[in-house]
Amino acid sequence: MTGTGVDHPLVGRGNTDGARLFREWFDALNVAAETGRASAYVFVMGSFAELLGAFDFPLVFPEINSLQTAVRRVAHEYLDQAEDYGYSPDICGYVKADVATQLRGGEHPMGRIPKPALAVYTNACNTYIKWAEIWERMYKIPTFVLDIPGTRTAGGQTWPGNGHFENDRRYVAGQLQELIALCEQVSGVAFDIDRLRENLAHANAMSVGWKRVLDLNAARPSVFNALSDGTIYLGVANGFRGTRAGADYFRALVEEMEYKSANGIGTLTDEQYRLIFVGVPCYPIFRRFNELFTEWGGTFVNSTYLWFASGGSNLGFEYDLADPIASLAEGVLIGVRDAMDSMFYQTGILSQMIDDYHADGVVYHPIKSCRTVSTGLADSRRALMEARDVASLFIESDMMDKRVVSEAQMKNRVDAFFEGLASRRLQTAAGPA
Amino acid sequence: MAYAAGVDVGSTQTKAVIIDEQRTIVSRALTDTGANVIRAAEHAFQEALRSGDLREEEVEYVVGTGYGRYKVTFGNTQVTEISCHGRGAVHMFPKTRTVLDMGGQDTKAIRVTNTGEIVDFCMNDKCAAGTGRFLGAASSALDIPLDQLGPTALRGERPVKISTTCTVFAESEVLSWLGKGKKIEDILLGVHESIGTRSIGLLRRVGIEDEVTFTGGVARNEAMVDTVNRRCGMTVNVGEESHYMGALGAALFALDRIVASRAPAKVQGEAS
Repeated sequence: MTGTGVDHPLVGRGNTDGARLFREWFDALNVAAETGRASAYVFVMGSFAELLGAFDFPLVFPEINSLQTAVRRVAHEYLDQAEDYGYSPDICGYVKADVATQLRGGEHPMGRIPKPALAVYTNACNTYIKWAEIWERMYKIPTFVLDIPGTRTAGGQTWPGNGHFENDRRYVAGQLQELIALCEQVSGVAFDIDRLRENLAHANAMSVGWKRVLDLNAARPSVFNALSDGTIYLGVANGFRGTRAGADYFRALVEEMEYKSANGIGTLTDEQYRLIFVGVPCYPIFRRFNELFTEWGGTFVNSTYLWFASGGSNLGFEYDLADPIASLAEGVLIGVRDAMDSMFYQTGILSQMIDDYHADGVVYHPIKSCRTVSTGLADSRRALMEARDVASLFIESDMMDKRVVSEAQMKNRVDAFFEGLASRRLQTAAGPA
Repeated sequence: MAYAAGVDVGSTQTKAVIIDEQRTIVSRALTDTGANVIRAAEHAFQEALRSGDLREEEVEYVVGTGYGRYKVTFGNTQVTEISCHGRGAVHMFPKTRTVLDMGGQDTKAIRVTNTGEIVDFCMNDKCAAGTGRFLGAASSALDIPLDQLGPTALRGERPVKISTTCTVFAESEVLSWLGKGKKIEDILLGVHESIGTRSIGLLRRVGIEDEVTFTGGVARNEAMVDTVNRRCGMTVNVGEESHYMGALGAALFALDRIVASRAPAKVQGEAS
C-alpha cells in the first residue's frame, strides 16, 4: 500500500537502507576476513576509496569499527583490554578499541574484521600516523602516508587556480603516483585508469547528493536530524564512497528529502528549536544524547561532523573525469583541508550556517579522546559568541569512553540551555524593554 | 495570599524556601539529602511549612530544582539549579551579573542579565575537585568539623600547595603535608586556595562581570569567601540566604507560574 505524508514509503528509507548497507558492508568484511583477502585500512578524512577500490581492496575504516563498539555498548570491553595491554586511559578511544579488535584477531560486534595488507592515510590527524604504525609493527605491512599541505595563506582558504594550491596539487598528485605503484604491488592488480574514472563518477554523484541533502535541511521543519539520521548517512558516504551502491543510495536519499521538504515532514512533530552541533557525537549514549535535546523540541539541523568526516562531500565537490589523478589530488586537498579548516576557521562557516539554517543555538561537544577536533572549540565558541548573539552550550564527554560520560550532568546542562533558549525567545517576543 | 515554594535537592543537602506574593521569604528549611531523596524533599518542604506556620494547600505552586529535582514528587514542575541560582542571586543582589555557586559536588559559574536570565554557564566536569566535596575530604583527613575549616584556614599564613586534581587523592596529599610537619592551618589554607583557583578558572570561562554573588553551601565558609574575594579582586556578595539561593530561585519561578495562571498575557512579557 502506498501511503501519503509521513506514511509514504519514501519517509525513513534513508535510515532503513543505510542500516542495511552497513550490515552488508560488515558482512563483506567478514567474508574478506574468513577468506584472507588483502584489505586496505583507511580513515574517513582522506580515504582514497575511489583509488583503492580500483585495486579491489576491501576497505576497513577502523574509526567506524571503533565507534560501532560504542554504539553497540561494548566499547568498555575493548577499551579495558587495550588499557590492560598498556595503553593509557588518555589515549584516543578509537585507537584503543581498534587495538583490542586486533588483539582479538578481528573479533567485532558486527563480524570479523580482516587484517590489513596495506594502510593508507593522510596527515589530517596526527593520531592517524601513530595509529598506522601500530599495524605496521603488528603485521609488518607497508603503510603509506600522504602529506597533505595545509592552507598556506594566512586567515583563509585557497582554491583551485591559486598558485599555492596548484603547486600543492602537483605535490599530492606525485604522491598518488607512488601510491598507485604500491597498490599494484600489494594487490597484484594492474592500475586501470578507467576503473578509477568510474569510481570517481560514483563519488561525484554521492557528493552532489550529499550537498543537496545538507542544503535541504534548511527547510522548516528540518527534514532530518543531523546528529542521529545524519550520522547514518555519513556512514554510507564513507563506507560506500566511489561505489554504485553509494551513488544509488544518495540519489534515493535526495528523493526522500525532497519529498519531506515539499510536504513539510520534519523529524519532530513539533520543532521548537533548531540547533547546530559542533564536534563528534557521543556514541556511548548515542540515542539518549539526542533525546536530551529532542525532549525539549530541539533538533540538529546541521553538524560540523557532517563536513569534516565526509571527505569534502559536504562541498559538493566533483572530480574532473578527464584528468582523474590531478582531480583526485585536488579533491583530497580540498576535502582534507576543509576537514582541518572547518575546525580552525569555524566562526565564519558557523555564522553563515546560523543564517542559512535559521539556527537558534550552537552545541559544542568537545571530547576527551580527540585533541584534533576538540582543542580549539573553547576558542571557537568565544569567537562565535563575539561575532553573533546566539545561544551556545558547551558540554564535554567522549565518543567512546562511557567512564567520562555523565548523563545526569549532561542533562542538567542541556536543560539549563533550553531554559535559557525559552527565556531568550520570550524576551525577543516581548521586544526591547 | 498565595504562596510559592522552591525545593532544591542537592547532592549533600536539601533546601526549601517559601515566598509570598511580594517575593518575600516567609520560611526556609534545610535537611541532609541522604539516601532517600524523595523523603529529604518532603522533609525540607514540611519543615518550611511548619516554620512559616503554613498549610500545604496554601502553597499554590512548587518548583523542584537541583540534581534531585525529579524526586520532588509533590512539585508542579522542575527548573535546573543553574537557572534557579541565577534568578535567586539577582533577586537578592539586583546588580549581580556573575554567580559563583559552590555546592557539595559541583561548582558553577553563571553569567546573568539584570533580570536573572542565563547568558552563559560553566561547571566542573565529572570531578569533585574544586567543590564542597574537596573540603569534606580535608575535613575527614584532618578530623576537623566542616564548620571549623574556614576559621582554622583563616589563621593560616603560609598555604601549602595542593597539587592533586583528584578529591580522593587530596586526602592523601593532606596527610603527606601533615607528615612533613606543616601546620594544619597552612594545609587548610592551601586546600581553600586550591578550590579557589579552580573556581576562578570557571568564572573566567564565562567572564567575571561585576557584581559577583557567591551562592551555595560553601558560601558559608569565611575562608572560602576570603579566597574568592582576593582572587576576584573584588568583594563578592554573600548573604544570609546564599545557601538557599537555588531554592529561592525555584520559588520565584513558582511564583511566576502562579502569576501567569492568573494573567497569561501579561506574564508573557515578564516571565523568565
